[in-house]
Amino acid sequence: MVAELTKNERQGALVILLALAVTGLAMAAGGRGDPFGVHGALVLVVSIAGIFAVIGGYYAPEPSPDRLDSYYDTPTKFGIIAAMVWAVVGMAVGDWVAWLLAYPEWTFDAAWASFGRLRPVHTSGVIFGFGGNALIATSFYVMQRTSRARLPDQLTPWFVLFGYNLFCVIAATGYLMGVTQSKEYAEPEWYADIWLVIVWVVYFVLYLRTLNRRKEPHIYVSNWYYLAFILVVAMLHIVNNLAVPISWGSAKSYSLFSGVQDAMTEWWYGHNAVAFFLTSGFLGMMYYYMPKRAGRPIYSYRMSIISFWGITFFYMWAGSHHLHYTALPQWVQSLGMTFSVMLLVPSWVSAGNALMTLNGAWHKVRDDAVLRFMMVAAVFYGLSTFEGSFMAIRPVNALSHYTDWTVGHVHAGALGWVAMITFGAIYASVPWLWKRNGMYSAKLVEAHFWLALAGTIIYVFAMWNSGIIQGLMWRTYNESGTLAYSFVDSLVAMHPYYIARAVGGVFFLLGAIIGFYNIWMTIRTASQDETAHNTADHPVTEPAVGVPALQPGE
Amino acid sequence: MFGFHYRLERKTIGLVLGIIGVASIGGFVEIAPLFTIHQTVEDAPDMRVYTPLELAGRNIYIREGCYACHSQMIRTLRDEVERYGPYSLAVESKYDHPMLWGSKRTGPDLARLGEKYSDDWHVAHMINPRAVVPESVMPAYAFLERTELRTDDLSKHLKAQRDVGVPYTDDMIANAAADAYGQAAPDSPAADGVTKRYGKATTVRAFDGKPSDLTEMDALVAYLQILGRLTDAAHKPVATAEKKP
Repeated sequence: MVAELTKNERQGALVILLALAVTGLAMAAGGRGDPFGVHGALVLVVSIAGIFAVIGGYYAPEPSPDRLDSYYDTPTKFGIIAAMVWAVVGMAVGDWVAWLLAYPEWTFDAAWASFGRLRPVHTSGVIFGFGGNALIATSFYVMQRTSRARLPDQLTPWFVLFGYNLFCVIAATGYLMGVTQSKEYAEPEWYADIWLVIVWVVYFVLYLRTLNRRKEPHIYVSNWYYLAFILVVAMLHIVNNLAVPISWGSAKSYSLFSGVQDAMTEWWYGHNAVAFFLTSGFLGMMYYYMPKRAGRPIYSYRMSIISFWGITFFYMWAGSHHLHYTALPQWVQSLGMTFSVMLLVPSWVSAGNALMTLNGAWHKVRDDAVLRFMMVAAVFYGLSTFEGSFMAIRPVNALSHYTDWTVGHVHAGALGWVAMITFGAIYASVPWLWKRNGMYSAKLVEAHFWLALAGTIIYVFAMWNSGIIQGLMWRTYNESGTLAYSFVDSLVAMHPYYIARAVGGVFFLLGAIIGFYNIWMTIRTASQDETAHNTADHPVTEPAVGVPALQPGE
Repeated sequence: MFGFHYRLERKTIGLVLGIIGVASIGGFVEIAPLFTIHQTVEDAPDMRVYTPLELAGRNIYIREGCYACHSQMIRTLRDEVERYGPYSLAVESKYDHPMLWGSKRTGPDLARLGEKYSDDWHVAHMINPRAVVPESVMPAYAFLERTELRTDDLSKHLKAQRDVGVPYTDDMIANAAADAYGQAAPDSPAADGVTKRYGKATTVRAFDGKPSDLTEMDALVAYLQILGRLTDAAHKPVATAEKKP
């Protein structure tokens, strides 16, 4: 990897790593006796390891100028492997905490092993670790191909990927030590947040620099979505995480907002993390990989435009549906509900556009599990956006809120849509990236597909049942006009569903492990045909093929 | 429209500005007025701030992720009011940086938990939830009783709280560590300072049953016992609670 950097870039890497090491040292010294200091030591160790790695390769010959004739894909390869590692770790922790709800004794009397500390390791692990790495990796791949331009340099993509993973590791290890802001899906503390802002700005600038080098006059629809993902996540992250640390040597900070304003800001963030991290980004992925794999152009250019701007505009209003019947003023609740219902239109336009793209390629969906992953993802995207709009309606929310129904809804989206489209995209790109004829085993892809689908369905049905039973039990009155069930009664009723959910999780996790193994074996097994390569790998020397030509309207 | 877009998508900067503009509107319309419209948060002249011990307990509640399973927001629904008590008012979390309204009830709502159970019950429940509620799925938090509470940085905590808008006085900030100790040691000289600074109604008790040492259990139980009791605005008729000054 260091060999791929030019001399100047190697020096740049050393400067960055030295600055990071100094920061880590200062954190470790200033935060003795606090988790802040532990994270300082972690940063220090990681940067020193990085410095040794760069020095070790410092005198390697410079990369040949030929490299500029092809796309730079090594960062994408790294990002895909990182995503799969986070997938296995994040899903394993998720399933473990699912079992904890059925068998609460399994915490070994240790603080780090309790549900409350492990749960954010799961949520951040899968959303930011798995999802984020997959988004960054595929965005590098897609923006180069759709722009027919190589990344502007070799150092910046590595900074983005390593910096982002450092953020993820700081977040996950922090939760185990009890470092959390308690803001859901924005748990990392102030110093991790600042670091993520730096990484994110570099990522954004890298994206713009690549787009500016493009040889295609039009910016392809995937890039609109990736851009919206990068920009809006930055807006959300910065506003929601505004906080005052108690000192420069402590991990603890206090949010700038309180009470009702904080609640609204948090769910404006929380719902749009779903929108722009888990929807926009992955729609960008879908708009590239699904037409490529199916060999069909996107069904409708106009539908792409309508759904893109509809999603970007409507989603930002929807967050207040998380706060129905609370102390949030009713006018905000009503706005949130209204826009959530309207959101169904651009969401279904997107899902419809994706499924219609498969017209003429349905025989491939039948035969090819990779394309089937993407098709099922689009179906679950349509289902969970319908469910989301439905649950945002105030009287429905009265029943569903605070129950497992919400958890089931989130997982219909996260397992059915986000993970499925990601697995589809990864299975499609691994053979392209490593120049193989196909995955190591098509049967294992098939097995992964059915395990993932079965796991998702078991999970979602278990949570529908438990959530609705819970909601109904809480509001059931007996003949004398008093509440019929105690809270504990509803808890006892959940037990079988909690076990079913955890079993569904095992299915999904097994699928991911099989996927990891399959990817690993694909990389390790040399291709029979070494010359096999993707025709779209060369931005300059070959004519426009593939995706740019897929744009209707041109 | 599509012709316009056909030209727009050729300009990176056009797309970027378009996305920022379109995505900013919703949040701005829904969030900014919450800071300016007076009726958003009710007036509650009797509202007090958290004592240093309660704040430390609240930070333990946050650290352990209790908010993932317990809400602190009773909705305006009949069954919720009958199960948990008067529905939550915005003013009750006015000093909550951040708020802990929660989004999931794996366990029951805690907005009005304060003084519903005895200290002994809470301590027994934390050490082993299934000792008092056999069906409970809550993790055990026995280590809280073995862990000494860190008080040396409490002044900094109160100072940061004041920076974000909680009205702690200089006196409160200077005596934060002593007040934390005093609130859990009713017979010590430090106990008087707590009631002097935070009001006579402040609960001063050996929350974990052992006045001699100050543990994380003391802090957490002190916090749980103040939930819903910083103001009694929610127990007054609605018209009074919403009256302007």
